[in-house]
Amino acid sequence: MARSILQTESLTRRFGGVVAADAITLEIAPDEVHAVIGPNGAGKTTLIGLLSGEVVPQRGSIRFDGADITRLPVYRRSQLGLARSFQITSLFRELTALDNVALAVQAHRGHSFRFWRDARREDELRKPAFEALARIGLAERAGVRVDKLSHGECRQLEIAMALATEPRLLLLDEPMAGMAPDESARMVQILRRLKGSMTILLIEHDMDAVFALADRLTVLVYGRIIAGGPPEAIRADPAVRQAYLGEKDGGDRRDRHG
Amino acid sequence: MSVAFDPSLEAAPGSLLNARNMIVAALLAVLALLPLYSLVTGDTFVLTLFTRVLILAIGAVSLNLIMGYGGMVSFGHAAYLGIGGYAVGILAKEGIGSGLVQWPVAIAASALYALAVGALSLRTRGVYFIMITLAFAQMIYYVAIGLDRYGGDDGLTIYKRSELGDLLDLNNKTLFYYLCFAILLGSIYLVSRLVNSRFGLVIRGARSNERRMRAIGFPTFRYKLMCFVIAGALCGLAGALLANHTNFISPAMMHWTRSGDLIVMVVLGGLGSLFGPVIGAVTFLLLEEGLSRLTEYSNLILGPILLLVAIYLHGGIEGLIEGRRRG
Repeated sequence: MARSILQTESLTRRFGGVVAADAITLEIAPDEVHAVIGPNGAGKTTLIGLLSGEVVPQRGSIRFDGADITRLPVYRRSQLGLARSFQITSLFRELTALDNVALAVQAHRGHSFRFWRDARREDELRKPAFEALARIGLAERAGVRVDKLSHGECRQLEIAMALATEPRLLLLDEPMAGMAPDESARMVQILRRLKGSMTILLIEHDMDAVFALADRLTVLVYGRIIAGGPPEAIRADPAVRQAYLGEKDGGDRRDRHG
Repeated sequence: MSVAFDPSLEAAPGSLLNARNMIVAALLAVLALLPLYSLVTGDTFVLTLFTRVLILAIGAVSLNLIMGYGGMVSFGHAAYLGIGGYAVGILAKEGIGSGLVQWPVAIAASALYALAVGALSLRTRGVYFIMITLAFAQMIYYVAIGLDRYGGDDGLTIYKRSELGDLLDLNNKTLFYYLCFAILLGSIYLVSRLVNSRFGLVIRGARSNERRMRAIGFPTFRYKLMCFVIAGALCGLAGALLANHTNFISPAMMHWTRSGDLIVMVVLGGLGSLFGPVIGAVTFLLLEEGLSRLTEYSNLILGPILLLVAIYLHGGIEGLIEGRRRG
């Protein structure tokens, strides 16, 4: 395996008596799509929080591209090329789709102590933002306020914003959450196009999507890694089948976030 | 498809001739012509009243910058009026009469105070933020009461208005009125540039979703702090004007109810709209003045009116006009 872009070393985080991350040691290779799966409450979102910097680990370390980022604040990690999308859509609702993405571009174009010029007329911001929207299939909706967008469009915008920061590692927290099947299929197409141009860590309940996209999988149960490897191996792993894949057909996989 | 969209938070009006712009234009025209009316009728009271309206409108514009655009509800904004006012009053008493010294000191002192308050309060959120800004303002209020040399509780009369050279004699009431008007317009222009700049979009983004702002790479704290300081400096200037207007400073300038008045003006006019604070200040102060003539218990009427605005008019008066236009 090539030198890994992201490496965690016994990353641990407890919330009260619950161990949300239990000595997670993980390596992610450049340009792979690495899916993290696991039943509800397995600590997947906590893992994203730890990696993006919103959750501080009690033990362990995170290295990104060789540098220790364990203690870096969220915005610094973003500036280093680590982007995330949110499981529950997290956008600027009063702004247009294009404004949203332009802000993400702006965050990576030097400081924003610029007080006078109309930021909405700066091609340096608007053009890349528009391209990111186009890449995700939202070009025609650029001028629409976010609160007028459909749920599926908001999910796409989530990804577009993360992309606009030109990340090297993209953390996707359930990009298909709450999507209709056709929207889901479209998202898989979008993500498939991104494959190879950046490293992606994907958390997702939709197993069809996971197996369609992932090069490697990690299975998390109660905050602990119980298996890892290529999709075929995971599919065949008896422990995984028992802990997770078997439950999936119960039809309750979206119970938590509606 | 062109990339040059022009979407805007305050609704980009299709035509300049919509109801909102007409109201704002009419209001500005009235404000611009008021001294003429005063001159013709000899009614100087109205000029005094409206000078006060203009000055507090500057304070409201300042508060709207942080509260309306930045989502930072400062419940201690009158402290800047006091600091600006005391800067003028104290320097005047100590024999430094030049406005070219007094006003920059008023602005700088307010900015410094804002820096200190912001550095602490902006680490908190919601009610805690409100309480910390209030606590600081109360502290300044009691400091002013303790300043025996400068009148303590009773306040201090300023015998000479700030000197700004022969051309700008602030004792000339009409001239002073127009100076306040110009500063108000200037501050609105300043805010209009600010909120549409890169800086402004960061501030608005942080109001809308600060978590996301950090996730996309913004260290939001320093931008909010800068915004807080700019607003403080602007309101400090309003304080300097207020001291010149009344020829008097006292702790009452920064009583917490005054901070409340400023919030009411901003909310009344419509949060996060450019001219809203002016509409709010005019409405609030005229209501206050008018009702206090009708009855001793004017607050009994003013209170419910504000309550209704808060409940039914989320966009303030500007929002109401806007809503009618749409249909």
